[in-house]
Amino acid sequence: MNQSGFFELIGFGPAGWGGTLLFGAALSLAVAVCGVLLGAVIGVFGAWAKICGGKFVRGVANAYTTILRGVPDLLIIYLIYFGSSSVLTAIGRFYGASGFIGFPGFIAGTIAIGVTTGAQATEVFRGAFQSVGKGEIEAARACGMRRMLRFRRIVAPLTLRHALPGIGNVWVNALKESSLLSVTGLAELMRQAQVAAGSTRLPFDFFLAAAALYFLLSVVSGLVIQMAERRSTRGIRRVA
Amino acid sequence: MDLNFLFETLVNLLPGLPLTLELAAGAVVLGAMLGLPIALMRISGMRLLASVAWLYVQIIRSVPLLVMLFLIYYGLGQFEAIRMSFLWAFFREPHWCALLALTINTSAYASEIIRGGLQSVPRGELEAARACGMSRFLMFHRIVLPVAIRQALPAYGNEVIAMVKGTSLASLVTLMDVTGIAASIASETYRPVEVFVVAGSIYFGINFILTRIVTMAEYRLTPHLRSRPISPIQSVKETAI
Repeated sequence: MNQSGFFELIGFGPAGWGGTLLFGAALSLAVAVCGVLLGAVIGVFGAWAKICGGKFVRGVANAYTTILRGVPDLLIIYLIYFGSSSVLTAIGRFYGASGFIGFPGFIAGTIAIGVTTGAQATEVFRGAFQSVGKGEIEAARACGMRRMLRFRRIVAPLTLRHALPGIGNVWVNALKESSLLSVTGLAELMRQAQVAAGSTRLPFDFFLAAAALYFLLSVVSGLVIQMAERRSTRGIRRVA
Repeated sequence: MDLNFLFETLVNLLPGLPLTLELAAGAVVLGAMLGLPIALMRISGMRLLASVAWLYVQIIRSVPLLVMLFLIYYGLGQFEAIRMSFLWAFFREPHWCALLALTINTSAYASEIIRGGLQSVPRGELEAARACGMSRFLMFHRIVLPVAIRQALPAYGNEVIAMVKGTSLASLVTLMDVTGIAASIASETYRPVEVFVVAGSIYFGINFILTRIVTMAEYRLTPHLRSRPISPIQSVKETAI
């Protein structure tokens, strides 16, 4: 690896793989965003189930978060990708098709990231909800707000404010987890780096470039989260 | 549901268990050993050391483990200098590369946890220890370490679990740990769902036992937070007063 060669290699010239890597990074970002959105929806319902569900619903939510915390992400991805593909293949065979039918990698990846981040988000939202002051809810009730209005005006904004730092962590985890989706052949950043490494026989250069891109993505998202946190707490007086 | 197949898969997967456990245990122990000096650098008060340690932690925490693993295993072989040196015996083996990648990864998290633990020791306790005339070593041994360990234990338990889960990536550099064996059985039998569910339950079992151990250790280490057992005589006396 010599320096000028490295930048030519990952640059945008005729011999450069820069475009391919950037496209991969964009796909990583897209699948991570979709996964986190799905995870946030799961998280809201999970937290709801844990806070005010009956015994059975609470048990299901607890089992979900406990199991997902104890099983490797890679296995979840394998399970969802190959599991859904084998179901598709079976359906295809029923209608007379032969051979393996792969489930779309992007959808499988979104579901896999959604399911794993959903478990983390459940805990984040639950903790955030519990740190909403009791007095605030009582005050809202005293003002005569109905349940829906109370939730919309008081509970939801305060919960989101408390949840923001935790959601930031969940997001960074999702971004890193998206690199595992390369095992399904999805052309995200890691997969593109592997392809480039294979065809140029310069794995170090390309995995280093991939590492730099992941680093850049999380630094930028860290800054965005910090900004959002500052904005969401602008009504709170700080000590010091 | 084919219980026979599930049981057979479980039996076939168990030979991968020692490798999984060994990688996780090795990474946790080595990661703690590497994390401690990094934590000390961060709280040393020396600008240069602190910022080097900060940068290390930031970089390692934001680069996915898989990228780190491939960078070490596939990447380093690119250099003639490494292939020709004595280091090649080390970097040629996927086992050592996986252990190294896991160790580097966990060391960054470990250093943050250790730092948090060390910084949680109340200043008053340190002053009291010094006032009692304790030497630095005795103070570290009797005051700082116990308080820091107690504080850091829950977070460290989570990190150990993250490492157990992380070892599954070793299967992507040809190692035959639980995940590696599961992937090969799944592709042979075309029954991915059953195989991966069984593999997942093995990891879940390990992590379940680990969380129990951590909870137990936490209980043992915090006797001062538990309400005192009251003996019948004492309780009578107290009510009398």
